[in-house]
Amino acid sequence: MSETDLGVWTVLIAMLGGAIRVSTPYIFVSLGECLTERSGRINLGLEGTLVFGAMSGYAIAYETGSAWAGVLAAALAGTLFGLFHGWVCKLPKVNDIAIGIALMLLGMGLAFFFGKPYIQPVAPDLPTIALGAWSSSPQVEAALRINVLFVVGIALAFFIAWMLRSTRIGLVIRVVGDSADAARAMGISVDRVRLLATAAGGALAGIGGAYLSLYYPGSWNEGVSSGQGLMAVALVIFARWSPVNCIWAALLFGAAGALGPALQSVGVSSGYYLSYAAPYVLTLILLIATSSTTRAVRGAPGELSITK
Amino acid sequence: MTLTSSLNAGPAPVAPAAGRGRSAGALDRRIEAFALPLGALVAGLAVFALFLMMVGKSPAEFYGLVFKAGFGTAFSWENTLARASPLLLAALCVAIPARLGLVVIGGEGAIVLGGVAAGAFGMYLTGLGSSMGILGMAVSAICVGGVWIGLVGALRYRRGVNETISSLLLAYIAIALMNHFVEGPLRDPASLNKPSTAPLEDAYRIGAMPGLDVHGGLAVGILACVFSWILIERTAWGFSARIVGGNIRAAQIQGLPVGWLMTGFCALAGGFAGLAGMLEVAAVHGSANGSLAGGYGYTGILIAFLARHNMLAIIPVAVLLAGFEASSGLIQRRMDLPDATILVLQGIVFISILISETFTGRLGLSTLWRKTS
Repeated sequence: MSETDLGVWTVLIAMLGGAIRVSTPYIFVSLGECLTERSGRINLGLEGTLVFGAMSGYAIAYETGSAWAGVLAAALAGTLFGLFHGWVCKLPKVNDIAIGIALMLLGMGLAFFFGKPYIQPVAPDLPTIALGAWSSSPQVEAALRINVLFVVGIALAFFIAWMLRSTRIGLVIRVVGDSADAARAMGISVDRVRLLATAAGGALAGIGGAYLSLYYPGSWNEGVSSGQGLMAVALVIFARWSPVNCIWAALLFGAAGALGPALQSVGVSSGYYLSYAAPYVLTLILLIATSSTTRAVRGAPGELSITK
Repeated sequence: MTLTSSLNAGPAPVAPAAGRGRSAGALDRRIEAFALPLGALVAGLAVFALFLMMVGKSPAEFYGLVFKAGFGTAFSWENTLARASPLLLAALCVAIPARLGLVVIGGEGAIVLGGVAAGAFGMYLTGLGSSMGILGMAVSAICVGGVWIGLVGALRYRRGVNETISSLLLAYIAIALMNHFVEGPLRDPASLNKPSTAPLEDAYRIGAMPGLDVHGGLAVGILACVFSWILIERTAWGFSARIVGGNIRAAQIQGLPVGWLMTGFCALAGGFAGLAGMLEVAAVHGSANGSLAGGYGYTGILIAFLARHNMLAIIPVAVLLAGFEASSGLIQRRMDLPDATILVLQGIVFISILISETFTGRLGLSTLWRKTS
């Protein structure tokens, strides 16, 4: 095997491992956004929820010494953000997209405000499962060291898909998302369903944030998230509002995000800063490819303002 | 609730002469256009005061320091006004597309790339003299910024791509591009700690305006706001743009060139944001570097919403928020608060202004007016 072959393999293995590592927050945020959008509302503020979840998760994990307490705290904080978004959007004439932008800025501001004392201390990490223990290659072993939250995220995607398809709750969410009038005729409180769906979406985004600060990159600082919360919105469109598709979309985005560090690991440094743009360029291309002016995007909930 | 009470208490500048010959509804809307944002601002500041009390700080001390550092002395006014100039242009980048019904929030990207374009121009095309050099930097920054946000408008019209998401994605891409250029091809080897383009020659720097210790960018920003106001409110192009914003189907039926209007006005908005980046390079930093991504684009979003996308209202609102930003350093030192304090304040005011929209047409001002007169 020549030197370059080894380089290519190293990059591919590093990208696979990176994709699994980087995709986990995408899975959680996109599942949350998917749930919210299926109820007919869009929450652009998940970026703020993600950052605040990262901060609160790290802070609580440090104070209590338990990473899982941190995850729980992040989910709780995300729920509060979701409830607030859901409550404000209930008011007449309030624009859900603009509220999302405002909550994105407020969430980041609050996270930086309260997170200042936690930039230095070291909080406990989330546990991992060593799926690569059979391999003698340290690269393969590192790539297959999988975090518990990744597994939880995948299980959750299948669970949400089943819930939306086969349960009463899922049916109610879908009716509210496709036709508010039909839902009202059935006696369903549209605002309450959307409030709960937004709260649940916020909780999932908070968990995604806790993963960022408690596992990968694994520390809290003001640059911990770089638009994952926002890209998740585009990812859900690409996944056609299907929770299971969200997994594949998230892995794809994760691989794009892992490109830069993977190249650096084999010593390729030219264009290193450009590689940071890869996930955003990918998102934009997918968004252009899946959008259309003449027809509603296939699979889109009928009440969703972003695809109208 | 604090919000409703302060909204009603908010001063409503009633000018009897302005109401003559207009219907009560039109007068209502005029009063509302002042009273609602003003009330929302006051409510937001009140909620922020509660927040400060919850974290054990004194709101009185905070607002006192903001007044002192932002508006208290001639020096602080100069500092505030210098900070206002990029904010004016950044707010235009949100307000102009908003009049066409587009929520463009990625002005930061155009600012950053405009700054890089200006820095690159100053690096490679030296010795053109002061006026040609500054003009060249401005034109290159406007072009780059215009293409960047113009693309957002074109994608929206041609492909139906959501402009909010695409503009923010482009902002992230722009920052990656800036890092690439500033750390790579355009890096001045002498800039060790903070990678930058080569320092501009003195002739390419923008100095203070005569009689004021504020750089010329302030005049550029104010002129841009006045120009945009005339364009939107008093020309046929602006009228067409407002029709697109009001009802896009009606605009299409009327045969208006909707695609060109969207792309053109977005490009204009991006051009202004690019110009903001150029001014930061030519008047403040002297070279393009990471300081360009200083969050002006995001503060600009808040300013535009507070000004209700009225180009002239942007001027006082930008000065007010610049005053808050100017006081940030003093507040950090005196009150031991983190630098994100201003971000929290901005977020709360932003949410307050959006909630205030729900009271549009529900204040019942005309009945109140008839009773008092």
